[in-house]
Amino acid sequence: MIRKDTLYATAHELTRRAAIEIPSDYLSGLEAMAAKESEDLSSFVLAAMLENYKAAKEDARAMCADTGVPRFYVKAGNEAKIEGGMVAVEEALRSGLAQATHDIPLRPNRVHPLWRHDNNNNVGLNAPEIEYSFEPDADWVDITTVHKGGLFGTDYRMLFPGDGIDGIKRFFLDAMIAFGKRGLACQPAIVGIGLGGSKDTCMVLGKQAACLRTVGDRNPDPKIAELELELMEMGNNIGMGPMGFVGSSMVVDCHIEVGYTHTGGMPMSVHSFCLSSRRAVARLYADGRVQYRTDPEWFTPYHRRNDVKWQPEAARQSA
Amino acid sequence: MATGSRKTVRLKTPVRREDLEQLELGDVVYLEGHVYTAREGVYRRVITEGHKLPEGLTELTNVSFHCSPAASVNDDATFNIGAVTATASFRFGALIPAWFEASDCLLILGKGGMTEEDYRNVFVPRGARYLTTVGYGTGALLGRGIKNVKAVHWLPELGIAQAIWVLEVENFGPFLVDSDGEGRSLFEQHNKRLNQRIEGLYDGLKQPALSRMGETVDRREELI
Repeated sequence: MIRKDTLYATAHELTRRAAIEIPSDYLSGLEAMAAKESEDLSSFVLAAMLENYKAAKEDARAMCADTGVPRFYVKAGNEAKIEGGMVAVEEALRSGLAQATHDIPLRPNRVHPLWRHDNNNNVGLNAPEIEYSFEPDADWVDITTVHKGGLFGTDYRMLFPGDGIDGIKRFFLDAMIAFGKRGLACQPAIVGIGLGGSKDTCMVLGKQAACLRTVGDRNPDPKIAELELELMEMGNNIGMGPMGFVGSSMVVDCHIEVGYTHTGGMPMSVHSFCLSSRRAVARLYADGRVQYRTDPEWFTPYHRRNDVKWQPEAARQSA
Repeated sequence: MATGSRKTVRLKTPVRREDLEQLELGDVVYLEGHVYTAREGVYRRVITEGHKLPEGLTELTNVSFHCSPAASVNDDATFNIGAVTATASFRFGALIPAWFEASDCLLILGKGGMTEEDYRNVFVPRGARYLTTVGYGTGALLGRGIKNVKAVHWLPELGIAQAIWVLEVENFGPFLVDSDGEGRSLFEQHNKRLNQRIEGLYDGLKQPALSRMGETVDRREELI
């Protein structure tokens, strides 16, 4: 049985880790990028960011004061038993986030869209977002928190089948250039692309691609994997770097997630994560253990399944 | 920190016009003295609703910051301040003339700069300058530069994220100089260099079937 108090303590600790500690995959990606950057100003900015991560960890203070809009992803094993059930999970996530907002502190970013009222704890109407996924043959629960900024770097477009890869590249460039100027997208970042689905699914897939996959991870479909690498290279050849200064550092990695879509369309979304790619993950076991990590492992073969009935053998062979 | 070939300048607040005149585009700046945060909520209260800034603030410093901190209020009414990071400044462009009148500021700190038109028409005549934060998100480095929260104004009215936080700072930076004495912008200079390449990036990519609202401003036109 996974206990309520463990859920609460984990939500609190995850919030702290995400705000303060840069995930190691993103850090390595950025260090490699900084080593290749040849423009003086862009290099200066990257060096400042690398120093900032160190300062955050040494001082135990948030990397960036725009601590984004914290949200959670819950992946529950099909055999998991939770004290109080899923309602207790939501209560723990909401109260853990509210208390951590005060304790770390995070910026209380969540306000009513019209009246601008702030509960000062990052909790409110429909906030934080909590998304769910399930995993067969498991009795653990994975909780991931992501603190992504919210104003710039995201866009959606309805493309059509005939627009093809050219259409995808065009829209990708449009988004990178438009939000990259003056560095509004806080690049270089992990860029997520949602392809297909319904409009809402398309947005969700792109956001998850940006926030829940690590640097170096490739889509299991080799042709999609190739497109990921091609778009990453394209982004880094725009001639733009951090803060929109001349440079070559835009895309630390590009992840594409695909969903079956309307036969007449090819919707696409683009999402830039940011220079403080804040994510933290914990696995809660039935015996009370909690293990922390930074890879959400969200897109499991089961999560990406393509057939009517779950067929683990078929998934293993195609992976 | 290592600044490469950049010149590093240390400024004391309140800043003096003659010191600002020395600043060149791309210089790295660190501040010592006092700065205060002012963004949407403060601009609305001062400019739209006509409230006076809290007493003594404009005498204490002439540096305001498009920012809100990651901070909390303790039970004993003291403050716990972690990181500070700027918010995008372009959205305040239209309000800056009235803000300068109300605040007597000579230095605006923020994210991403403003337009050269704003610099030429509003900043240059006053001898004011704009510094941008670096990154963005050197929130921890900036947080280190805060020695003390001197006061927080309008907290009940505006909440933690929008209140005026008056910060006593030392070695507060890095910032980059974005505006110069002629009203040029470092960002716009880089945009000009980037724009020379942009058309070429699209070479060989065919147009999509459907255009998007915004590619034309004529609402009578179809997008297909």
